[in-house]
Amino acid sequence: MKKNKKIKFDFFVIFAFMAFALYSYISGYAPGMEIIKDNFWGFFKEMMFILPVMFILVGLFDVWVPKEKVQKYIGKASGIKGIVLVMILGFLQAGPIYAAYPVAYMLWKKGTPPTNIFIYLSSVSIIQVPVIAFEVGFLGFKFFLLRVLISFPVFIILGFILGNYFEKKQFKFMKV
Amino acid sequence: MMFLKIMPVLLSVMIMVSIVLYFVSEKNLMKYLGNDAGLGAYIFAAAIGAIAIIPSFISYPLAGVLVKAGVSYGVISVFINTLKMVGILTIPIEAKFLGYKISILRNILALIGALVVGGLMAFIYSIT
Repeated sequence: MKKNKKIKFDFFVIFAFMAFALYSYISGYAPGMEIIKDNFWGFFKEMMFILPVMFILVGLFDVWVPKEKVQKYIGKASGIKGIVLVMILGFLQAGPIYAAYPVAYMLWKKGTPPTNIFIYLSSVSIIQVPVIAFEVGFLGFKFFLLRVLISFPVFIILGFILGNYFEKKQFKFMKV
Repeated sequence: MMFLKIMPVLLSVMIMVSIVLYFVSEKNLMKYLGNDAGLGAYIFAAAIGAIAIIPSFISYPLAGVLVKAGVSYGVISVFINTLKMVGILTIPIEAKFLGYKISILRNILALIGALVVGGLMAFIYSIT
């Protein structure tokens, strides 16, 4: 029911905008033309090019990276190898950081140490492979490379600090 | 199929962002984020990034527009990193998994981390 309402709202916005565009085009309404030509059309062109590529990548990662298998390799005894693996797991994920908490809980449940989990959470935000095309496309390769190279040590250290504190205080991840 | 499912949401978000961008004048945004704003630009970018929830397919184009308008790369990196790492509005979600103490601590540390990265970025851009 709620989902239907949301979709109805989206279609309402789309049709209202189409009517607005048509009106602006016919009557030559200047602010309307600016919104459509400068803002919307620019977005639209770029999205139509980049998004299909992104969805294919996300789909492939979904198929190629089975969660249960990954967890086997990042337990307490995994050392550096485990750290590298949780980083890669973080990198491959798209979406906002709060989407990573369910994964974090699952990792915790299966015996992943807190430092590895917090490093995973940091990694999710440093590089997201599915959106690299966006960052390079809009901000340039130099920016992407510098941001990653500088963010990397800072946020991994942050993951270590949080993980150690978490362990020392014997905090627990909670099931929602 | 997933692509088609997400299309209505995507289009309506793009439409709304197009309209909001028309009203948020570049001049105003530049006043707070531009080079003249100095240190304040970093604080302002961090505040927007920490509060806002913007998906990547909108935040990167927006950052691209800001760079073209003259916002420094250091400030942009603060915006991008806080957007990803810090979420004041999503702390309640995070707290359900980690508890409030750790969630707040993580957000504060991430905010500081993002500002450190921004400062280093600005430094490197200034010498290259």
